[in-house]
Amino acid sequence: MSQLALKVKLGKIKSLTDNPTHYCAGCEHGTLTRLIGSTMDELGIREKTVMIDSVGCSVLAYNYINCDHIVAAHGRAPAVAAGLKRVRPELMVFTVQGDGDAASIGLLELIYAAQRSTPITVFLVNNGIYGMTGGQMAPTTLAGQVTTTTPYGRDPALTGLELDVSKLLGEIEGAAYVKRASLVVTELESQRGKVYTIKNLLDAKKSVENAFKVQALGGFAFVEFLSTCSINWKMSVLEAKRFVQDHTIKKFPLGVYRDTFGVEKK
Amino acid sequence: MAKQRLYLKGNEALAYGALEAGLNAYFAYPITPSSEIPETLAKEFGNKRYPDYKFFLQAASELEAVNMVLGAAAGGARAMTATSSPGFSLKQEALSYAAAMELPFLVVDICRAGPGLGNLGPEQSDYFQGTKGGGHGDYKLIVLAPSSVQEMALCPRIGFDLAFKYRNPALILGDAFTGQLKEDVEFPELTPTNYDTSAWATTGAKNREPHIVNSLELDYQKQYEHISKIYEKYQQIEANESLFEEYLTEDAEAVVVAFGIVARIAKGVVNRLRQKKIKVGLFRPITLWPFPKNPLKKLASNGKRFLDVELNSGQMIQDVRLSVGSGAVVDFLGKWGGLVPTESEIESKLRRLEVVAV
Repeated sequence: MSQLALKVKLGKIKSLTDNPTHYCAGCEHGTLTRLIGSTMDELGIREKTVMIDSVGCSVLAYNYINCDHIVAAHGRAPAVAAGLKRVRPELMVFTVQGDGDAASIGLLELIYAAQRSTPITVFLVNNGIYGMTGGQMAPTTLAGQVTTTTPYGRDPALTGLELDVSKLLGEIEGAAYVKRASLVVTELESQRGKVYTIKNLLDAKKSVENAFKVQALGGFAFVEFLSTCSINWKMSVLEAKRFVQDHTIKKFPLGVYRDTFGVEKK
Repeated sequence: MAKQRLYLKGNEALAYGALEAGLNAYFAYPITPSSEIPETLAKEFGNKRYPDYKFFLQAASELEAVNMVLGAAAGGARAMTATSSPGFSLKQEALSYAAAMELPFLVVDICRAGPGLGNLGPEQSDYFQGTKGGGHGDYKLIVLAPSSVQEMALCPRIGFDLAFKYRNPALILGDAFTGQLKEDVEFPELTPTNYDTSAWATTGAKNREPHIVNSLELDYQKQYEHISKIYEKYQQIEANESLFEEYLTEDAEAVVVAFGIVARIAKGVVNRLRQKKIKVGLFRPITLWPFPKNPLKKLASNGKRFLDVELNSGQMIQDVRLSVGSGAVVDFLGKWGGLVPTESEIESKLRRLEVVAV
């Protein structure tokens, strides 16, 4: 584990500002922000990157990621990204959407961005809930899961089953890179007691890199990241991380759903 | 661009007018009676006559199209979309955002009969939606109302110029009649205006601070200041940019107030009555916002009476009444459902107004 930890570079990231984030303790939005920032530094793309901030917990990303930003309306980030990219093809254009934004109100914009092979990068933070509005049901909320709008648990007879966006986009020929990764550390039993592996985070970092590289190759790139929302799940941070490990990941298995350019193997 | 003369539908003329004005990107969604605009722009894509025209795409929805326009505008491009009334309702979301984000782009509404699906005939019933800020929040669009095919061709240039000058979306509010009407149209020799967008466009933060194109401000005081700045801009637009046509108003006892296709019909009435030595005139707002209230007020102070004619049940008449004050007589003739008033109907209404001797 210590060997793996050494691979994560610490220190000042030029693509990030010095502002502290507003994200709650244990929230993986902060983790993803750092992975994106360090990747932008490594690829040297900060000065030509524009982030489209989507409505949800990532809407204030312009305070944290040190590049140009457009703040889109709820669900419209892929359309705004596409409009910009089409008139400024030299730019690297990406967005971080939540599951309410991407899978519910903005599903059309997301699907058509993929269907047209729009060369943009979309990161989806799937925490199974509307975080910023205070914990309402999302399309990704697990059956039976309690939220403020499903106080007796999500009833699939009424609201259907969990929407699997990666699987959906994986079926779309225009998409060049579709992957589900996780930003949640995994708890393991060892002889010395419980330990936590950051294997998922290293894979997530690799996925961020790949998603930018695929855009540079002219393809549509999408990475879904399983995440937690301990505050709205009404759990401790550790309980929330365990919930992903025990439940979420069974409904939303990690994997590569589409990889036209073969970037995963490189 | 070399001067040329063509015989075109209003919608086609508008498309060519946008190209002559240096259109960079068009995002389409088809809807009758505006579809000749995207059809013409799809056909002309790649034409070497228009080197600035870089991108055409048919989007999957009105929302997607207008949000693509918004993204392209944030990148500093001259971007446009066109629609017709039911689609214009869907554009409101992005227009509210863009007004707050101070983004310049052009939206066209070829107004048809409503509400709901209505029909494909002409109406001017989107006047309120266009001029009063049809989306949420307190904002204005710059609204141009062409009255002929020739003006359909000229409006994109004026619209882009005003939109970029003030960093605000502009709307061309046409109607099904003007969109479908076929007339001779002349394209004057002109070069597209060069707009400086370097202070705000999202082109990559190289050797400068990041540009944040945003409508979100959680700090109430800062939001107050941002919107106050936009209000000041609106006041400047109101003071400087209103366009109108006055036709034989000077000695007129009664003035017809009308815009778009209705003003064409009203002009015919004025000519007819003038031949009978009856003193009537026409006042035609060309910008619906800013509404040309001062010139109209001046006419009222000279004791004239007014007949407001619209293709709706009375929308612009509110601005007319506010402009002329409570002392002036303002009568109304409205038609809706896709119908337009005949010259005789307008004439008989003028006679009932008792400004025209029987």
